[in-house]
Amino acid sequence: MGENSVIIQLENIVFSYAGSKPVLDDLCFTLEEGTKLGLIGQNGSGKTTMLHIIMGLLKPSSGTIRAFGKPIETKKDFLEVRRKIGFLFQDADDQLFCPTVLEDIAFGPLNLGKSPTEARKMVMETLERLNLKGFEERVTHKLSGGEKKLVALATVLVMEPKALLLDEPTTGLDEDTNIRIITLLNQLDISYVIVSHEYDFLAQTTREIYGIHDGRISYHGDSNTLHSHYHKHAAARTPHHHRALHADVEGACC
Amino acid sequence: MLQEQFSTGNSQIHRLDPRFKVVVATVYAFVVALSNRFPALIAALIFSFALVGLCRLDFLEVAKRIALVNGFIIFLWLVVPLTFAGQPLFYLGPFGVSSEGVLVSARITLKSNAILLAFIALIASSTVATLGSALSRLRIPEKIIYLLLLNYRYIFVMEEEYRRLLRSASIRGFRPTSNLHTYKTYAYLIGMLFVRASDRAERVYKAMLCRGFAGRFYSLHEFSFSRLDLIWLVVMTIAIIGLEILEWVKIA
Repeated sequence: MGENSVIIQLENIVFSYAGSKPVLDDLCFTLEEGTKLGLIGQNGSGKTTMLHIIMGLLKPSSGTIRAFGKPIETKKDFLEVRRKIGFLFQDADDQLFCPTVLEDIAFGPLNLGKSPTEARKMVMETLERLNLKGFEERVTHKLSGGEKKLVALATVLVMEPKALLLDEPTTGLDEDTNIRIITLLNQLDISYVIVSHEYDFLAQTTREIYGIHDGRISYHGDSNTLHSHYHKHAAARTPHHHRALHADVEGACC
Repeated sequence: MLQEQFSTGNSQIHRLDPRFKVVVATVYAFVVALSNRFPALIAALIFSFALVGLCRLDFLEVAKRIALVNGFIIFLWLVVPLTFAGQPLFYLGPFGVSSEGVLVSARITLKSNAILLAFIALIASSTVATLGSALSRLRIPEKIIYLLLLNYRYIFVMEEEYRRLLRSASIRGFRPTSNLHTYKTYAYLIGMLFVRASDRAERVYKAMLCRGFAGRFYSLHEFSFSRLDLIWLVVMTIAIIGLEILEWVKIA
């Protein structure tokens, strides 16, 4: 693939929080246009850290970040990245800070320089797209957990990003909201990276699954071959593979 | 939980331009607070009651708010008449109840009730979000407005976190009494709450950055000053002038 089709490229990223050993150690990662990618790893494995580095919220101690073919170094470069890449935070309460849904979703478009009328129109279209019609005047802190998550997704999608980064999008959600989010993600025609520790969720929303371990990323496989059926039991929520297909991959079980 | 229950309604006052309501409520509050004569103060109280009546609010809910404020005022009545220097009106055992003290307490009672009722009618009849936009149109510094809005947004989140911490303490057998262990536990709880609040603030800020926040807030609301606002401008001006007349002109 040519340079143009690469959305995000991380090269030899090293990052450590003050006074501890590196969370990310010489990490390399590429997101190409049109890919839906899952990233699985244990708590503290650096999944969220990596997403924050892409968005410029954390600064790596070494390594290069490239987005849309250009090296990203200055604050201004990151402003550009944030316009084009949407980031869904793990806790929707962090994302929704305005009193009403309408204002919250309009926050991004207004920052991009849209007029109040345009912003309002974009909010309405996004709400309709996510089946959230009639939510505009709702008060954000009174929404249920699932509603908060969907509205948070709306605040990101309204900015028409070229790619999405989703940090544990299903944590603490009920089955219904889970299914709504899976359906929505499958309908999106933009690239995204989902960070999760739920294998089943990744299998239903992404094509390629990578693992993050010891500060590095390794390819786990195509989600179809890794997982061709749907689990109901709790063990499905931990990383596992099917012996017949991938006996050579670490963590084999079942 | 803050319900903003007075903000839903369709009375004339609810439909007024919030910028106008903020300005007029502020002026009115100053006028009442600076008045001293009883005819003016009593008239103000009656006028404020009339405003609340025009808002058609739930009377019981309004009464609850007033009771809360008057709870504090009771303490004033218990202390001020006994400690204020002046002519004793009568004696309570060894203590003299001064007539000046009684008058001061009566003034404070009238003033606070009149101002509170006017604010319920004029300010609580808009949502916090609308008030925020109105304040920003009135060129109040943005930092102050967002302090108000973010407080309103996150106070419940913090309350929820506090309850969670308290629950986790109580399921491990914590029973508050008055000993050092209790004080220490509460100090830890509050300390932890501050730590979480600052973590939360950082995450919220990061989320804002990710949506293109560059230090400036934009408002969606567009307000218009209508004929109804004009009528109410006249009503409120007459009311304020009336109060001033009662305050300054001696009626024989």
